[in-house]
Amino acid sequence: MRTKYFLALTIAVLMGGGMLLFANPPAGSGSISGKITYTGTPPKMKPIDMSKEPTCAKQHTTPVLTENVATGPGNALQWVVVYISAGDQESSAPSQAERYDQKGCQYIPHVLPMVATQELQIYNDDQTSHNIHPLAKVNSEWNKSQPPGSPPIDTKWEKPEFIPVKCNIHPWMHGYFVVLKTTHYAVSGPDGSFEIKGLPPGKYTVSAWQEQYGTQTQDVTISGSENKPANFTFKVLPY
Amino acid sequence: MGKLFAVVVAIITIISVAIFVMHTWWMPIDVSTNGPAIDRQMDDTMIGVGVLFLAGQLVLAAFAWGSSNTSSGRKIKIFPGGATPLVAGAIILVGLEVLTLTFVGSKAWGAIYVAPPPADSMRIDVQAEQFAFYFRYAGPDGKFGAIHPDKIDDGSGNYFGLDPANDIAARDDIVVGSLTIPVNTPIWLTLHSKDVGHSFYVRELRVQQDFVPGLEIPLHFTATQTGKFELVCTQLCGLGHYNMKAYVEVVSQGDFQQWLKTQAGQ
Repeated sequence: MRTKYFLALTIAVLMGGGMLLFANPPAGSGSISGKITYTGTPPKMKPIDMSKEPTCAKQHTTPVLTENVATGPGNALQWVVVYISAGDQESSAPSQAERYDQKGCQYIPHVLPMVATQELQIYNDDQTSHNIHPLAKVNSEWNKSQPPGSPPIDTKWEKPEFIPVKCNIHPWMHGYFVVLKTTHYAVSGPDGSFEIKGLPPGKYTVSAWQEQYGTQTQDVTISGSENKPANFTFKVLPY
Repeated sequence: MGKLFAVVVAIITIISVAIFVMHTWWMPIDVSTNGPAIDRQMDDTMIGVGVLFLAGQLVLAAFAWGSSNTSSGRKIKIFPGGATPLVAGAIILVGLEVLTLTFVGSKAWGAIYVAPPPADSMRIDVQAEQFAFYFRYAGPDGKFGAIHPDKIDDGSGNYFGLDPANDIAARDDIVVGSLTIPVNTPIWLTLHSKDVGHSFYVRELRVQQDFVPGLEIPLHFTATQTGKFELVCTQLCGLGHYNMKAYVEVVSQGDFQQWLKTQAGQ
């Protein structure tokens, strides 16, 4: 009887230890937040003509614009990925899958950040065929057709990379998969704001990436459960 | 059996000819100055081959009927001189017909594809790519910006490869996904292809011209009626070929100027 208890206890201790060893480090309570802005005159985003695809065109009541330099009031810059590029602890990808939609002949969201090896599900919500083609260079490149009503494509990216995405049927469709090593990231909203949460104390390098204007970095030190500001300003050109 | 065959051949022949004579499935309306010559050529061709078809099939039916009774032991007649003059005669007859149609048709064809576009034509650039058409107007300055294929970037809407940062003429170029043209105005298109062979085909305008990557191919026409027509790709160009189309909007001069102004403001 005592042997049994002893065995059970040993197993429990081993499992607990194993969980401590292999599970993600305990989430911290520090955070970094700020606003992404631009200086200069941004290029005019161009209206997209979808008349050849009536099932998509009728989903939009206002003209759809290109999104490569998406701006908002107060010089806000949207779709900028802010992430910890150095100083973060190793952590495994979240078990929840990221979702990417092809809807109204657009990619939603325009920029989708995720963690390497995290599950990715790609849906076709349109009444037309799409052929999604992520132009990967570090990971392996592929393209897949999805007729209307197809099940989602289940996939994942093995290595960190900024991958432009296009549709082989609708040339105006354009988006990005941003595959990161870190689980600490955020995307700037229409007002340019972002917040990276759950950071344990440490010295970090924060990077902000915009698809047309590249990457900027800042060093931020977090001690305890404080919120540190980090603002980034991109210089934009009208053409 | 021979008689039944003769009757079936005759019935099929008469129904087939009737479908054409009655214009059961005929061409769509013609809204182009090219149209009348093309349609006349089409009619001439149809009448030429139609008469030969009708005659050939009815003669076949008559022979089948006539020689169905093999028991009478009639002597089989032979074409004078045997098979060689028969075949030679057929080749000359058909050859003459083809040559005549080519000679007469070359005039209609040449008016579209050989004659230079009228000097007062409005120029529009066309870019074909898998699987869409894009159209470029010179904009308020009346000048087209230069094309740099290395700058083509569909994601930012730069379908033609313009360089507005360094090329002032390119800044006001209007690039759209539908072809809007004024009525009764000669239009001079320059066809470019980004990737593979495509084709510009508008049935109502009676024009069809291939795009060849690396070539700038001119095409001109004048629309004579307002309306919305479909432009389709008629050269198999890849998996989305079935979906490669655009619309041609023929509008009045006033509407066109208004449209240009709206586009230039965007």
